[in-house]
Amino acid sequence: MKHELTRFNARRMAALIRKESVQIMRDPSTLLIAFVLPILLLFIFGFGISLDANTIRVGLVVQDSGPQAASLANAYRNSPYLEVVEAPAVAPIKARVVADDLRAMIVIPPDFSRAMDRGRPVPVQVATDGSQPNTANFAAAYAEGIYGSWAEQQGIAPPGAQASLNTRFWYNPELKSRFFLVPGSIAIVMTMIGTLLTALVVAREWERGTLEAMMATPIGMGEFIASKLIPYFLLGIGSMALCTVLGIIVFGVPLRGSVFALLAISSAFLLPALGLGLFISAATKNQFVAAQMALLSGFLPSFLLSGFIFEISSMPAPIQAVTYIVPARYLIPSLQTVFVTGDVWGLFLPNIGMMLLFGAIFFLLAFRATKRSLD
Amino acid sequence: MSDTTTPVASATGVIKRFGDVLALDGVDIAILPGQVTGLVGPDAAGKTTLIRILAGLMSAESGELSVMGGAPGDDLEQLGYMPQRFGLYEDLSVIQNLTLYAELRGLPASERQETFDRLLAFTDLARFTDRPAGKLSGGMKQKLGLACALVRTPRLLLLDEPGVGVDPISRRELWAMVQELTGEGIGVLWSTAYLDEAEKCDSVFLLNDGKLLWHGPPADLTSRMDGRVFAARSEGDRRKLLTTLLQREDVLDATIQGSTIRVLAKEGKPEAQGATLAPVPPRLEDGFMEVLGGGPDGHSALAESYRSFPLDGQPAIEARSLTKRYGEFTAAHDISFIAKPGQIFGLLGPNGAGKSTTFKMLCGLATPSAGDCAVAGHNLKHSGPAARQSLGYMAQKFSLYGDLSVQQNLDFFAGAYGLRGRDAREAIGKAVEIFELGERLKVNAGQLPLGFKQRLALACAVLHEPPVLFLDEPTSGVDPVMRREFWVHINGLVARGVTVLVTTHFMEEAEYCDDILLIYRSEQIATGSPDDLKRQAAQLTGLDDPTMEDAFIALIEASEVDTLNPRQAA
Repeated sequence: MKHELTRFNARRMAALIRKESVQIMRDPSTLLIAFVLPILLLFIFGFGISLDANTIRVGLVVQDSGPQAASLANAYRNSPYLEVVEAPAVAPIKARVVADDLRAMIVIPPDFSRAMDRGRPVPVQVATDGSQPNTANFAAAYAEGIYGSWAEQQGIAPPGAQASLNTRFWYNPELKSRFFLVPGSIAIVMTMIGTLLTALVVAREWERGTLEAMMATPIGMGEFIASKLIPYFLLGIGSMALCTVLGIIVFGVPLRGSVFALLAISSAFLLPALGLGLFISAATKNQFVAAQMALLSGFLPSFLLSGFIFEISSMPAPIQAVTYIVPARYLIPSLQTVFVTGDVWGLFLPNIGMMLLFGAIFFLLAFRATKRSLD
Repeated sequence: MSDTTTPVASATGVIKRFGDVLALDGVDIAILPGQVTGLVGPDAAGKTTLIRILAGLMSAESGELSVMGGAPGDDLEQLGYMPQRFGLYEDLSVIQNLTLYAELRGLPASERQETFDRLLAFTDLARFTDRPAGKLSGGMKQKLGLACALVRTPRLLLLDEPGVGVDPISRRELWAMVQELTGEGIGVLWSTAYLDEAEKCDSVFLLNDGKLLWHGPPADLTSRMDGRVFAARSEGDRRKLLTTLLQREDVLDATIQGSTIRVLAKEGKPEAQGATLAPVPPRLEDGFMEVLGGGPDGHSALAESYRSFPLDGQPAIEARSLTKRYGEFTAAHDISFIAKPGQIFGLLGPNGAGKSTTFKMLCGLATPSAGDCAVAGHNLKHSGPAARQSLGYMAQKFSLYGDLSVQQNLDFFAGAYGLRGRDAREAIGKAVEIFELGERLKVNAGQLPLGFKQRLALACAVLHEPPVLFLDEPTSGVDPVMRREFWVHINGLVARGVTVLVTTHFMEEAEYCDDILLIYRSEQIATGSPDDLKRQAAQLTGLDDPTMEDAFIALIEASEVDTLNPRQAA
């Protein structure tokens, strides 16, 4: 009963790991989560929920017949970001915006060319459909931006621009959100394997009574925990590698940092993920409850509170405070950096340190909860 | 090793509580080497808790424990333990399970081949080494579980209800295997709810409700009943005879056994009353009944207030060539029988034989692939709802909602059986009174003591006073007194013209039946009264006075010979 953790025997542990590996191979659902789910997630996240508004349908009304107005109208028509529908009058376009057919309306006013000639440019009118704020913002920004760059070409400062802002996006010059989503998917998949799968397999041993039989053999609980940890750690790393290769080949995501850094960051994250899974299963001893708990405490925070989809700096302060106890919060920036920037150890090391700290806490909890006892 | 008087494990005054429930109340036990010690008692008596304490998996609140000279759990190297659910990994093959346990128990590699060969031969599993454990039959799983517990010959072997869910044939094989082990000086603890199993042990510890009632060699308890056990037989209705006998002061207990009634006298020989009493050798259950203070008085308040059904000779349940196929697999083939009104009809067979499938078709829960059936004159094909309305269903293990209170369960079942308003209130009121549930109306069904669960399950099944009652292993694992109380109700109902269909693989329950249909491997292989079947078995085996279990085994083995040599059988 005592010295549970010092009871250790390499042969017993090897036998347990072999058993676990056979079970993984025989269980289609495990392989599904480890190797099919990542592919599915990557495709859904990579193609399905790209956060860039690619082409936005807008209405264009040119009320001026001068050459400058025609030139600006051409600039709108030729923009890769807009799909332009034209009409001679405001009313029909307005109706289509209201009907949700168009996202915005751009009106070039009647005195536009004359004002340009006089060197005192007037603004174009942009009306957007506020019912979809994100797209509305994109539409307005595109409309302004195209006007701005057109004006620049014409050698005129657009109205209201005292100083022109020259924005450059480093590392991801086209601001492709896909570049961020691939690292995010890796985080999700590793949470699924580390927390959900581990919680399920240990809870299954409680439910089926196999753990009861195990506890009546000379095994130490340390051996038992290690036998769960090692196979699922390797499975998590394998799944991460699959995500990375797919991300590079299919989505053209660069890997500017080193493979070593990627491995170090992923490994550091798998520890809290596995520790949480082991703790949940030992505390619940029931597959259904374990799955619920793993989704609530592992998957959802990794998804919502890690900065993967919603930027942490734009969250309300109390929610921001909560994100500090989500291990994935330390993973996402590191992964994003290792993919699109390179090895920045000044950023990695504190994050890895935090993840290891959480790992240690969860493992302590898991060891305390996994007792050789049915009481 | 040669010392056979020092227990390999012992406990005195063990107390264990779960919340408010006292699971073990000062229990003693001693397991001697080279013997099979029986830990005997009904479900929830505390058997599993005691075994887990001895295995070091639970701690006792107080009491002295010594397991192989140390504290429980100190010497796991020499402990063999088989939990109720075997502890096998279902997706691992037979050989992988064995290898795992061999490694965990540190079997030297040099001994492995020899040990595996021996265990596989011993358990007759050599043909199935590559089969996943999950695909083995219950009996084979049981043997593999035992083999895993034996990879390194232990000094102490703890077996938690190895006979549960296993058909009588496999149970006998398992017993023979364990018997062989005691020759090597292993101390075996075998826990069971069945007294016929306990009878074969070298010594038994009888547990009931967390208390140790009796311990010693089973023969000591049995011999106390010498000259006090009789088989009563009369020309008239055996159920009426049972009731009269149970009401007598000088009768301790009486039960139906086929066409006779087994009578336990308080002392001497009771008055015959138109029946002939022949002395029979006592069994362990007789002794247990005396320890428990005797059986019920034979009076059923339920039957007295139940409506009567005319015995008009129309079949109450009729199955005509019932067949059910699931894809390639035929789960039940050409099952035909008639249950007359006011009769107890038994569907008997090992697990997986096709009993449940037949049962489901009779309830209208499965549609027959061929053939049809009727309940109380309603054909399940055209008038399923009417047929279902005329039956009540009770399964000991599953038919209650554990998270609902007693009152809520009654309300639910009243509604489910179509009782509304005043009818429902009256029926529930009556049930509460008859089964003495009044004080427990607000208790969740899952928290009830076993005996009350059983009463509530029966109460729910008969709220609408159906003419036909379906019982699925209604009294497996309950103590003998509770079992008798239950059957007193059933006998009373049958006297009112109610027809009862029982599916079971427990021989005690089979004895109560008027007619039995034996199902094996989806086919009906024998039919007749319990006495008919015993007679058939006597012819097959040459046994003088076969028990129901002997009959069961003999008839199944005979049918296997038939399938191997079909021409010979024809």
